[in-house]
Amino acid sequence: MNQESLRVAYESLPFLLQGAWFTVVLSLGGMFFGLLLGFGLALMRLSRLPPVRWVAQVYVSFFRGTPLLVQLFLIYYGLPSLGIELDPLPAALIGFSLNMAAYTCEILRAAISAIDRGQWEACATLGMTRAQALRRTILPQAARTALPPLGNSFISLVKDTALAATIQVPELFRQAQLVTARTFEVFAMYLTAALLYWVLATVLAHVQHRLERRANRYDLEP
Amino acid sequence: MIVVEKLSKSFNGNPVLVDIDLTVGTGEVVAVIGPSGSGKTTFLRCLNLLETPDSGTLRLGDLSIDTLRPLGQQQALVRRLRQQVGFVFQNFNLFPHRTALENVIEGPLVVKHMPRPQAEALGTQLLAKVGLAGKEAAYPRRLSGGQQQRVAIARALAMEPQVILFDEPTSALDPELVGEVLATIGDLAAEKRTMIIVTHEMSFARDVADTVVFFDHGRIVEQGDAKALFAAPQQARTRQFLSKFRGG
Repeated sequence: MNQESLRVAYESLPFLLQGAWFTVVLSLGGMFFGLLLGFGLALMRLSRLPPVRWVAQVYVSFFRGTPLLVQLFLIYYGLPSLGIELDPLPAALIGFSLNMAAYTCEILRAAISAIDRGQWEACATLGMTRAQALRRTILPQAARTALPPLGNSFISLVKDTALAATIQVPELFRQAQLVTARTFEVFAMYLTAALLYWVLATVLAHVQHRLERRANRYDLEP
Repeated sequence: MIVVEKLSKSFNGNPVLVDIDLTVGTGEVVAVIGPSGSGKTTFLRCLNLLETPDSGTLRLGDLSIDTLRPLGQQQALVRRLRQQVGFVFQNFNLFPHRTALENVIEGPLVVKHMPRPQAEALGTQLLAKVGLAGKEAAYPRRLSGGQQQRVAIARALAMEPQVILFDEPTSALDPELVGEVLATIGDLAAEKRTMIIVTHEMSFARDVADTVVFFDHGRIVEQGDAKALFAAPQQARTRQFLSKFRGG
């Protein structure tokens, strides 16, 4: 890499940061809606009613068992044939959320199931509803178990948002591609993009670490 | 006053409880004894519907639950019953993410919607009552087994229940910690609280309980005045069981 490469990389930084903004929006949006939908699916998987469990099971099986890239293509290129036309950003956001939900569902289900039955029973003996027990007792403890794998999934999501480039979302990777096509600074541009992904993932890992310490504080305090 | 009529329960076709009838008067302390697997813990868990009986009726004050009706259809009634029935577990089941005080006030705060200052005053007073003044901010893992069980007793008391059920409250404790928990339960007995205690501590049952109920194979074999029953058991099976505890 020579000085010229560095100059191109530096000058295209604002353009890349515009793309990084889309990456952040896709990541945070995918996490938020994925977590929300995943929580609902996890409750369905813990339901006493078999058909409710089956629906969630089939959902998880499909979204974990098919490539994310194919899912994005289905939503952006496939749905118009059913009369549903989506802009690139909403299509990508829906795709990432649906996919993330399948993973968070399994993480939350496992974390909730891992809590000792006695905790549910202790709540029941006080006269709590199941919803109160879940909110006050089960979820705060399940969070400890769920946070590390959730962090893993979220960091994967940040990197997977690069797939949105294939359905025309002007996110970080696509912006880097565009600059590269214009300047032929292949190595410098993709390296810069990689470093920006790294920064985002590092920030997220840091947030995860702080949340884990918070969830574990009753175990750490003297 | 708690009245149990014709309570039956089986697990996978094996009868665990068969047509149990029991009446416990207000202020009465009942000790439930019997060999392992005799159904005494299942019986206690049926009383606040942690286990669902196959049939039978539970009455507590003006509440009455017919367990033949699906409990899913009478959840509000079940919750009202549970608010009136305190439960102390063998292995405490404290909330590990809450301090001793937070454990005690959880029920009043969440279920009774008591204002926090009032709940904290009540919780502090109850912790002092079970000998744990100054431990309000301690997390359960920082407490000994005996202290944890006393927090659990304070948590049950905080709901101001009509009856308190104890499921082998000292069985999970180191021998030197058993005494402090039994002393706490003894204090409650002295206050004339209605209690049903499943226990293997025979001398405690004899000294603290008014009535003893002996379970075997899912049935009540014998029941009666605690001192009389221990002094002169009427049934051969009771004599045989108690002979193992002679001198205890």
